[in-house]
Amino acid sequence: MTGASHSGAEKLVAISAREICVELGNAQVLHNVSLSLPAARWTSIVGPNGAGKSTLLKTLAGLLPHTGHVELLGQRLHAVPARQRAQQMSWLGQNESSADDLTAYDVTMLGRLPHQAWLAAPSAIDHAAVERALKITQAWDWRGRALGELSGGERQRVLLARALAVEAQVLLMDEPLANLDPPHQTDWLLLAKALVSRGKTVVSVLHEISFALQADEVVVMNGGRITHQGACGDGASHRAMEAVFDQRIAVHNLAGQWVALPKI
Amino acid sequence: MRGDTPSQGQRPLVLGVSLLVASAGLLLLGTAVGSTGFESVLKMQNDPQAMLIVMDIRLPRTVGAWLAGALLGLAGAVAQGLFRNPLADPYLLGSASGASLAVAVAMALFGGSPFASTFIARLGLTGAAFVGAVAAVLLTLMLAKGVQHTLRLLLAGVVVGVVLGALTSLVLLFSPDVMQAMQSFMLGTTSFVGWAACAVMAFTFCVCVVAAWMMSRALDGLALGEATAHSLGLQLPQLRAALIAVLALACGTAVAQTGLIAFVGLAAPHLVRSVVKTTHGRLIVLSSLVGAVLLVAADILARWVIAPQELPVGVLTAVVGGGYLLWLMHRHTGRGAGL
Repeated sequence: MTGASHSGAEKLVAISAREICVELGNAQVLHNVSLSLPAARWTSIVGPNGAGKSTLLKTLAGLLPHTGHVELLGQRLHAVPARQRAQQMSWLGQNESSADDLTAYDVTMLGRLPHQAWLAAPSAIDHAAVERALKITQAWDWRGRALGELSGGERQRVLLARALAVEAQVLLMDEPLANLDPPHQTDWLLLAKALVSRGKTVVSVLHEISFALQADEVVVMNGGRITHQGACGDGASHRAMEAVFDQRIAVHNLAGQWVALPKI
Repeated sequence: MRGDTPSQGQRPLVLGVSLLVASAGLLLLGTAVGSTGFESVLKMQNDPQAMLIVMDIRLPRTVGAWLAGALLGLAGAVAQGLFRNPLADPYLLGSASGASLAVAVAMALFGGSPFASTFIARLGLTGAAFVGAVAAVLLTLMLAKGVQHTLRLLLAGVVVGVVLGALTSLVLLFSPDVMQAMQSFMLGTTSFVGWAACAVMAFTFCVCVVAAWMMSRALDGLALGEATAHSLGLQLPQLRAALIAVLALACGTAVAQTGLIAFVGLAAPHLVRSVVKTTHGRLIVLSSLVGAVLLVAADILARWVIAPQELPVGVLTAVVGGGYLLWLMHRHTGRGAGL
């Protein structure tokens, strides 16, 4: 693994999964998937539609019934109390929200739920965390507006702020770039790197392969199985990605960055 | 510190205070509407009959309308949050049809009007309505195999509603003499609410509003989607079950005392949201107040429009509520968004 040059850092594992199988309806979506995601790293999960990426992410977040074992920060996920799990791991879903009648501020404050005592009013720490999160995603200016009054991209930034406000050690994000315009996509990229530099673990499902290639590690999936896991700069990873996309894309080095271009 | 900016500043508070003021005004007005008009209120110091009219007839029914409206407004806010659907109605889980069937059966078996004057008969029928409402919700839960799947719950509620409705029609077909009395239950009326009924509703309302308020963060979390709510550490199955209990209790109590009053529960949360966007904790309280004000106003109107005759208040809320719903739909389609 080329990305693991930090001495000893690769030993730390944020999430590991062993032989997980997931069935949705009558279809088996994940087949005996095992993986371990390094702590303080950004890992992208890529693969064609229906590869099981979102299902894998949901399973790692403890949101789906499954067989096999998932461990979060060295503890069996099932054994971690819900509240503690919610403090340690933040989740940003895909196309989920319908909270049209809550203001951006109230939505972001929900990210503090795992830290608040039942019935307790938000503390100064909570307000500070919400303010920070909304400012990071540049959503602070419309904190008083209802989600239903925002555009898709603005809304996504509020939901991202909600996930950040948890201030969890591990962040799982499904399609975080959905609806974001290019400058805000770049902002998200810088945010992910900043989080990792502060010791957080970021796991994201991304369709934008060029963005996925900016991560430290990449997990390549197809047909409910992991076909490859490796460093993003690795040639083997690039070939695995080209393979799952039927050789319809090609990974190139452009101005010092890895980019995926359509093969025409 | 901008601790007050998050939920649109002071607007919820202003709305709440205005609703309380409106309530007080309407309660006062409610004591003055009737065949003898305001006169009774003025004379009641020295005229025992006027005193009786105001204190034992007009005041309890006005207070009763306020409380029933509050229960329905509360139930509406809980139902819409729980099912994440702005068209959710508090009767959604079958409580209305369950109460109707129970009342129809009770009347067919024992005779009498749903709001009979004798205390025992009255108690029997309100009891039957409450038991019927709660039993229907339990049946819905059983058919839906628990509270986990919102869609299954909604479908089970529809099935229970249709089947129990058909059974009610069947009962009425075989005992046509209770038809008219049944009609008055189906349309909803506050004319038979006395102080005892007020006490029951006031107690239930206090329990329900506190319980719902304590679980309101779960409703906020649910608004972000089930997966996100779960990821925030919320114990969804337990919270859902508790909220459904609140829903059934509030609905069952209101239906038992006043019959099937339409649209108040559906419209009240919408009216709040059209004025202020806020969290469920505040929405629940404000929606209760709006429901209360709506029903008291409708009740006064029902007593006044064709006085000395009286419209069933349910007819009025249905007409006004239906009109409001249409307007809401048009406003939504006008903005290009589906309802």
